[in-house]
Amino acid sequence: MTETTHAEAGTATTTAARAHARSQAGTVVDCMPQLPPPAGTLWSETVAAGGYTHLVLPAGAHVALTDRDGDACAHLLLFVTDRPWERLNPADTVKVQWNAYLRLGSQLLSDQGRVLATLVADTSGRHDALAGASTAARNRARYGDGAAHGPSPAGRELLLLAAAKQGLAPRDLPAPVSFFRGVTVAADGSLLPTGSAGSGAEVVLRLEQRTTLLLANTAHPLDPRPAWHCTPLRVTVTPGAVTAPGDPHWDTTPERHRAHLNTAALGAR
Amino acid sequence: MTTTAVPETTIPTAVPATVVLDEAVPARAAWSAVVRRGQFLTVTDLHGNQAVDCLLYDAHDTAVRYSAADTLQASGSVFVSTGTVLMSNEHTPLMTVVADDCGRHDTIAGACSKESNTLRYGHHTWSQHACVENFLAEGARHGLGKRDLVSNLNWYMNVPVEADGTLGIVDGLSAPGLRVVLRAEADVLVLVSNCPQVNNPCNGFDPTPVRMTVTERTGATEPAATTEDGPR
Repeated sequence: MTETTHAEAGTATTTAARAHARSQAGTVVDCMPQLPPPAGTLWSETVAAGGYTHLVLPAGAHVALTDRDGDACAHLLLFVTDRPWERLNPADTVKVQWNAYLRLGSQLLSDQGRVLATLVADTSGRHDALAGASTAARNRARYGDGAAHGPSPAGRELLLLAAAKQGLAPRDLPAPVSFFRGVTVAADGSLLPTGSAGSGAEVVLRLEQRTTLLLANTAHPLDPRPAWHCTPLRVTVTPGAVTAPGDPHWDTTPERHRAHLNTAALGAR
Repeated sequence: MTTTAVPETTIPTAVPATVVLDEAVPARAAWSAVVRRGQFLTVTDLHGNQAVDCLLYDAHDTAVRYSAADTLQASGSVFVSTGTVLMSNEHTPLMTVVADDCGRHDTIAGACSKESNTLRYGHHTWSQHACVENFLAEGARHGLGKRDLVSNLNWYMNVPVEADGTLGIVDGLSAPGLRVVLRAEADVLVLVSNCPQVNNPCNGFDPTPVRMTVTERTGATEPAATTEDGPR
């Protein structure tokens, strides 16, 4: 059928409505998954500004996040699939590693003394494990709207939707960590936003267990700009192997070494 | 327990106060209570240098609970002290720090657990008592489970952050008898683990009792003023 034919037929009948719906197939937009995934990848997607995604991924998968246009902010939560009571613990993540900042080599730690992911590449260096995501209330106050489908969606609202699609409820959501928008802590304890590293920055997370990944792409809660800013985020997942003895990330510190030992032990994967 | 150093319980304003609840929490033990909107909770570090891990829940909807991240967003600081509004995960105020003898408290380092202790100190700590166990046991009395545990407050715990991001639990700033006073901005379920940790200096390697006191203005029927964060 041609476009003209659809227009003439309208959507007044079931066959016409079906034809109209089917005629949309093949439409390519900026923010969508690529299916089938490109050769060598498990998943390839561009998450819209103010969008979210939710993925169940095998142990060893490498998740590359790319700040394509320079204003993405990836709020990330990780759960062990089929064992979602084991989940990201931002406090243990900073306390166990004796550092407030996420950098190359950092582990994202669960609340069970195990590793969820290892940061194996990072060209941004501007991340945040302290300030979490925005809420509907905060974005309403700052931008006039915080609803998930409004003009300035809040990170928590988006993560709640992503969680619900994996059978998880509000009680299951701790604060996320955030990539591509950092904060630093001054000597007096105050938090200073670091902004973005610019377009093209990339981080790669190596997943150490079978993982349910929830991701929201929206403005950082401490973004100092008066208007809501966000741009699309690229997500590319490739198969790989978990960190093993001999890997440069296996024993960079005593704490990380023990976290890998705990993760490699009985039942973790 | 020394008796001479225990101060009288007060609220920070010079109004007559009624003591609603006044309980000592033994070393390493858990504690919980509902503090009604407008009431005050005083946490007294009886012997000094005792970390008091604390979680807050809306007493009517425990899915609304303390959020360290939202508290940082609202206050702009990783240190908690006088004036800090303790925020929920829905960015609503739960309690406000209205007086603080110590100077600052922690909310980024979370609670100790059997599991995290294996990473921090070694697997020999596996059988030791830890705060997460206290939270789980005490929380269960209120229908709370593991899903309900999130990053918490650590009253009297000293966690500086250096320029390169290095952070850690270091020697405490507290002393015997110091108090922090919180005003409830909603009806709040307060869950406390009087930290049993013996592997780091948060307790000076020697857990000691603390005192939890709930007071209200005598004759008060109206709650304290709402904060500028708006209606709940």
